[in-house]
Amino acid sequence: MRANHLYVWCVIILFIVGCSKNEVIKEEIESFLGFKKPGNFPEPEYNFVNNPVTKSGFELGRALFYEPRFSRDNSISCGSCHIQSAAFTHHGHDVSHGIEDRLGKRNSPPIMNLAWRKTFMWDGGVFDLDLQPIAPITAHEEMDETLERVLAKLRAMPKYTSLFNAAFGTEEINTARTMKAMSQFMLMCISSNSKYDKVMRGEDNQEFTTEEEQGFNLFKQHCASCHKAPLFTDESFRNNGIGIGSVDDLGRYEITMNDADKYKFKVPSLRNLKYSAPYTHDGRYLTLKGVLDHYSSEVMQTPNLDPLLQQNGKLGIPLSEADKTYLLAFLNTLNDETFIKEKSLSEQ
Amino acid sequence: MKRILSIISLSILLTACSKNDDPKPDFNESEKAGLSIQFDNIVGNKKLILNNGNYTNALGQQFNVSMLQYFISNIKLKTTEGQEYIVPQDDSYFLINQADAASQFAKVQVPVADYQSLTFTIGVDSLRSTMDVSKRTGVLDPAGDHSTSGMYWSWNSGYIFLKLEGSAPDAGSADQKIRYHIGGFGGYSAPGINNIKSVTIDLRTAGIAKVRKDRNSNIHLFADIMKVFNGPANVSFVTNPTVMSGSYSTVVANNYVNMFSHDHTEN
Repeated sequence: MRANHLYVWCVIILFIVGCSKNEVIKEEIESFLGFKKPGNFPEPEYNFVNNPVTKSGFELGRALFYEPRFSRDNSISCGSCHIQSAAFTHHGHDVSHGIEDRLGKRNSPPIMNLAWRKTFMWDGGVFDLDLQPIAPITAHEEMDETLERVLAKLRAMPKYTSLFNAAFGTEEINTARTMKAMSQFMLMCISSNSKYDKVMRGEDNQEFTTEEEQGFNLFKQHCASCHKAPLFTDESFRNNGIGIGSVDDLGRYEITMNDADKYKFKVPSLRNLKYSAPYTHDGRYLTLKGVLDHYSSEVMQTPNLDPLLQQNGKLGIPLSEADKTYLLAFLNTLNDETFIKEKSLSEQ
Repeated sequence: MKRILSIISLSILLTACSKNDDPKPDFNESEKAGLSIQFDNIVGNKKLILNNGNYTNALGQQFNVSMLQYFISNIKLKTTEGQEYIVPQDDSYFLINQADAASQFAKVQVPVADYQSLTFTIGVDSLRSTMDVSKRTGVLDPAGDHSTSGMYWSWNSGYIFLKLEGSAPDAGSADQKIRYHIGGFGGYSAPGINNIKSVTIDLRTAGIAKVRKDRNSNIHLFADIMKVFNGPANVSFVTNPTVMSGSYSTVVANNYVNMFSHDHTEN
């Protein structure tokens, strides 16, 4: 009798296991955890009280992020210039590439860890993530569309009336809902599973190699004051002496009109550099080695050059070729393959 | 007895003094009625006519206006008794557009009273300029009707307070166009240009506003566009045909703060 029972249970269990592959996947998708702060990250800057991340809001935001109707000729979406495999940048493009092959003047920045940012864009002209998408939508050299027309296009699509209904409780499609859903998607683009993060959190018994460790020490000595861990930016605006580019981009000055801000740009994060070449605000460096060579021997004396790059009467940062090798080894630990392969962030 | 008599005679005297058909009401914030503030755009001694006007600034330069829009917000009123009434913020933003006659009346509900002065902001205050996107509805919606003509700077989050475009034969721009897009609420993460201007208008000379139940009082203002160019500094179309977010915008804002005058009130 007892053995019989056991047999029946085994059959039932086998039956469940046999059927459950799809169920498990479904469950995984349904166990949406919302926004979770990584253990080694500080408190986020974004005000989640006004926009809690929900599963349906995130899914709507993802659909909007990959929606080409945001551009005037329906040819490009946000995801066109913020490509996941390139850490949500426009791999291989020095400056933004909009509709009708129009070119902007700055390099497409990564959609990554935006919950911790105080300001957006290379010049910090946008101070609220919920307002950020309006800039590329309306920029002549990017999507060249009006928000009013975008909303009209979305309202004409049953797909969106149902997604908005699921996310916000009614079918109304308006500015605030559209922006907040997009924020929900972008806030979930969190990169926090690089080797560096695992070492810092003591996960999976990960340890730096000797080279990486030496690079980390050099990094702390020479780079960390601007590229502050764990986000690898201190959110400040600085002139790093790469010299005035061909379009005389004044950077932060265009926002503040303060002469002391001329040629200053937001310090970029150093996460996922493996995927996001080219580098700097106008994408003029094709390789990381090129950027390190700049800091060691090519810093140019231009207005408002950062004081940290002209210490003891010398321009730049003293780095030997060996130092550069170690630094590159350390920077390599900041690449997060799980981020660029995370399926929930891809176009569905 | 004497005292009672004097009180009675005083009240008779007071009654006699007040106009019987228009008794001055007690100020009570729950008793509200309609008040409109009309922004009648003129250029010097002419009415503003879009595209077909022919105007000349103080420097003798001719110009034509093709578009005029400006934000009016944060309306405050003061009664003849000195009480102040602030129109609730959510109902206190108006976009005056020369191409849309209805937009030229800022309509608010205020307590029935006699009002001797009016205060408003030209532009959008810094608090609203930094508020959550869900609080930016109506004329403040970045996707609103004005977005085609653009009263919002997406690349430098903030509203354009006054936008005037047109042409001038002397204009130093390649296309002889003049473009004045004035904004700047003071900056969010760093101090920036602040062109928020507040204007107070005394209504006593040209007629106080008597706001009463079941009728609408209309304060008819003139907004003299000539004063955008002629003022503490005379703006030249030759040297400054395009003024936007740059520091010269403060010169233009310091001019246009003087453009409002009270013509009359219809009670």
